Amino acid sequence: MTIRAPQPRPTDAPAPLTTSDADESAWQRRHLLDLDDVSVDELDLVLQTADTMKEVLSREVPRVPALRGTTIMTLFYENSTRTRASFELAGKVLGADVINVSASASSVSKGESLIDTVKTLQAVGADVIVLRHNRSGAPYLAARHARCSIINAGDGLHAHPTQALLDLLTIRSRIGDVRGKRVVIVGDVLHSRVARSNLWSLTALGADVTVCAPRTLVPVGLEHAPEGTLPPVRVEIDLDRAIVGADVVMALRMQHERMQGGFVPGVREYSRLYQINAARLARAKPGALVLHPGPMNEGVEISHEVAHGLQSHVEEQVTNGVAVRMAVLWLITRTLSRGGRLPAGSAL
Amino acid sequence: MTDRLIIRNGRVIDPAAHHDRVADVLVEDGRIVSVAPDLNVEGAREMDARGLVVAPGFVDLHTHLRDPGLEYKEDIASGTRAAARGGFTTVCAMPNTVPAMDSRSIVEYVLREAAARGSVRVLPIGAVSKERAGRELAELGDLAAAGCVAFSDDGAPVHDAMLMRRALEYASTFDLPIIDHCEDESLAHDAVMHEGWVSTRLGLRGAPSAGEEAAVMRDIALAEATGAHVHIAHISTRGAVAAVRAAKARGVRVTAEVTPHHLTLTDEVVAYGALGGEGLVYETNAKVNPPLRSQDDVDACVVGLVDGTIDCIATDHAPHAITEKLCEFDEAAFGISGLETAFGLCMRLVHGGALPLPALIERMTAGAVRALRLDRHVAGIGTLAAGAPAEIVLLDPTADWLVDPERFASKGKNTPLAGVTLRGAVVATISGGRTAHEHEVAVV
Amino acid sequence: MPEANIMSPADIRRAIVRIAHEIVEHNRGTQDLVFVGMRTRGVPLAQRIAAAITEFEHEQLPVGTLDVGLYRDDLTERGSSVNIQPSDLPDVAGKRVVLCDDVLYTGRTVRAALDALIDFGRPERIQLAVLVDRGHRELPIRADFVGKNIPTSRGDDVQVRLGETDGEEYVRVAAGEEAEALR
Repeated sequence: MTIRAPQPRPTDAPAPLTTSDADESAWQRRHLLDLDDVSVDELDLVLQTADTMKEVLSREVPRVPALRGTTIMTLFYENSTRTRASFELAGKVLGADVINVSASASSVSKGESLIDTVKTLQAVGADVIVLRHNRSGAPYLAARHARCSIINAGDGLHAHPTQALLDLLTIRSRIGDVRGKRVVIVGDVLHSRVARSNLWSLTALGADVTVCAPRTLVPVGLEHAPEGTLPPVRVEIDLDRAIVGADVVMALRMQHERMQGGFVPGVREYSRLYQINAARLARAKPGALVLHPGPMNEGVEISHEVAHGLQSHVEEQVTNGVAVRMAVLWLITRTLSRGGRLPAGSAL
Repeated sequence: MTDRLIIRNGRVIDPAAHHDRVADVLVEDGRIVSVAPDLNVEGAREMDARGLVVAPGFVDLHTHLRDPGLEYKEDIASGTRAAARGGFTTVCAMPNTVPAMDSRSIVEYVLREAAARGSVRVLPIGAVSKERAGRELAELGDLAAAGCVAFSDDGAPVHDAMLMRRALEYASTFDLPIIDHCEDESLAHDAVMHEGWVSTRLGLRGAPSAGEEAAVMRDIALAEATGAHVHIAHISTRGAVAAVRAAKARGVRVTAEVTPHHLTLTDEVVAYGALGGEGLVYETNAKVNPPLRSQDDVDACVVGLVDGTIDCIATDHAPHAITEKLCEFDEAAFGISGLETAFGLCMRLVHGGALPLPALIERMTAGAVRALRLDRHVAGIGTLAAGAPAEIVLLDPTADWLVDPERFASKGKNTPLAGVTLRGAVVATISGGRTAHEHEVAVV
Repeated sequence: MPEANIMSPADIRRAIVRIAHEIVEHNRGTQDLVFVGMRTRGVPLAQRIAAAITEFEHEQLPVGTLDVGLYRDDLTERGSSVNIQPSDLPDVAGKRVVLCDDVLYTGRTVRAALDALIDFGRPERIQLAVLVDRGHRELPIRADFVGKNIPTSRGDDVQVRLGETDGEEYVRVAAGEEAEALR
């Protein structure tokens, strides 16, 4: 869930992006595993579709029969109330049947393998499996062995595509086209799958992205990666330099385990060097957008003052999350029903 | 009654004797009698080796036979059949069995099994420490007397430097080397592949090259200080190769081996598979320790092999059950089943011009023998000299073949090369005078 | 070879004016009338009809847009398009809704629109106005107001072009294979 700082709404707020029809043939995926190979056309289509879904959510009775007869199962190997509830609601608004499978409560705890679990759920009738797993790459394994669709709700340290899409929806609805805009992502990028997916989608749309973190938390090879291998981003260790002129500041959660793991010496030093506070925010562009994937550690990666300002926009972010997930479910199930083709060269 | 076999008209390459010519090879009662053109012999079975290369059977210093204890992955019978299929007539069995080969009785079991059910010669490597726990020295003298040709705790490094020092000193009593799996375990903590842009791409924890380099440098320093012989197992990084090169120049008693996969495959295979492609595949069959590294490391290993810094090629054959690889990458076992693809994969270096064929054969035969001085244990091993045991391989260096793990003799089907076409095949393997493996050769 | 126009721009204009009068007559005035255009070409139709009524009744009437993408079944004649747009409806509860579309064919799109409208609130009544009725109904649905009845074969393609959406204005029928070629 993303939380946004309050900004005075300009009188000529950027128009929602439904003025032009996005290319509807852009989406051909049977699965959504990551945004690493997403095209600008696909992103436009998802965001336009999400706008339509927001309209549905604004109705007195937010229900459409679009996915009636479709069975969605959420298979979560990691706890997450927010993401799971968001997917469940998204499916139900679209009229699908949604079943939540908790790995710990099921046969998984008895040692059933991921592949067997996926095949079982498929046999029971799943058309779409929303998978959250603590191991990077698990959704790829599932997708290779599944006839149904797999949506990655977060795998290990690797990716969290729907979260990045919802961040993108938020950013575009507040500041418009991100091409050329300065986005600074601050904090534990190494352990943040949300940040990694955001790097792909933002750079695909031409944003100027800077990663700012202590060296220990910058993923190896990010800075000088060979062309076409990793998202092209700048790496800046000094936050006071990185934040100058930023249009968007995304603060990442600093977890306790990292301090124990020797990545940073402790809260005091980390917050002194990397906390997003009012003084630092003043160096960004006036009206800069502040995002945080939540839950926030006030006083650590974000000051109480700045965090407090973000609270008032929680509801909008929740709506964006449901809308984006509805859009993804819609596009994927349309692809399934058309006998969707898979990207060239993909083993999936 | 004398059992005679004559292998006719092959290109005979015997690196130990610096021979490379078309000739016949005469075998009698399991021993090589002579190698010369147009041998005139009566009453011999004939093998037609026209168009083929005839070489000493390959010698692998690093094989995991998994037997005793882990027979579901491999046993001595299937592992040695796989060796024969790969052209290997001698494999050195690593001691990470269950129980570990840390005492005479286990070693004797392995030798008995190999004699009864093995297709090729098995030379045991004893454990350095009891139970391979890295705390107390195993009874190295007893292990030596039982027939061990070296000592190692492979799968694991000898992490304690003091223990490594004592092991080097004590093993030199028996004039046997310590083979070390060089890995700094704290740097490699939780790592499942090489640390680089690929591990970042995949969101997997990586082990930095420095982890191998630090361990190699430690072992070199200890070998230098003790005057004992250390053999570096499966070397994989540019820095480690450079350290060995400098140490050899100083006269340190260090030798090194490299695997076929570290000479040819990079960490990108983990991401995209050996056949390439655009999508990520998280190829668990490429999960191995030491991991597949960068192209720069591969290039350095090739240079090291060519200039003799690296003495030989060893497969680190590590078979696993299918379920141990058909799972999430973090959960998968480490290891590649490599005996049956070793020659074909290494032939990429010959076809690519990095290494001439006789040199490749040297690194798979005489070079390996020399590294551990195996000729002290088996006279004539790795050669086609008169009187040497008849351990011979027939090769077709230009035959294209498709890697199909289902056809492996090994129980371990875990290879990243499934579906890949390799150029260079083992046609027949002769061990102890018998044909241990025969693919398609005209027997006249 | 250009097809002959079944309806010229003038024909379309007259049909719309006639429909506008019929609606007012049938509803005995403009009270509670709400026009809902079905995306895409139903929208300018709804706007034009409402504007025509405004001209002679001097009343502004609410006009909304309805996207039925999320209500279609697979057999809907519009095909399985992925593209969906937000709907934008005025309040319909208790109103007399006039649903507007360019072509009435199998009736499945209209059925989807009825489902959608009812989800938005409970209209007092729903009436259907179409520019062209081409026959071949698969559901018991009929239009209350029709611009022109055009008998067609199943393979024919009825092409409606309106200035607001297409830049030109006509109604044509392309027969069978020609329709394929032009597609």
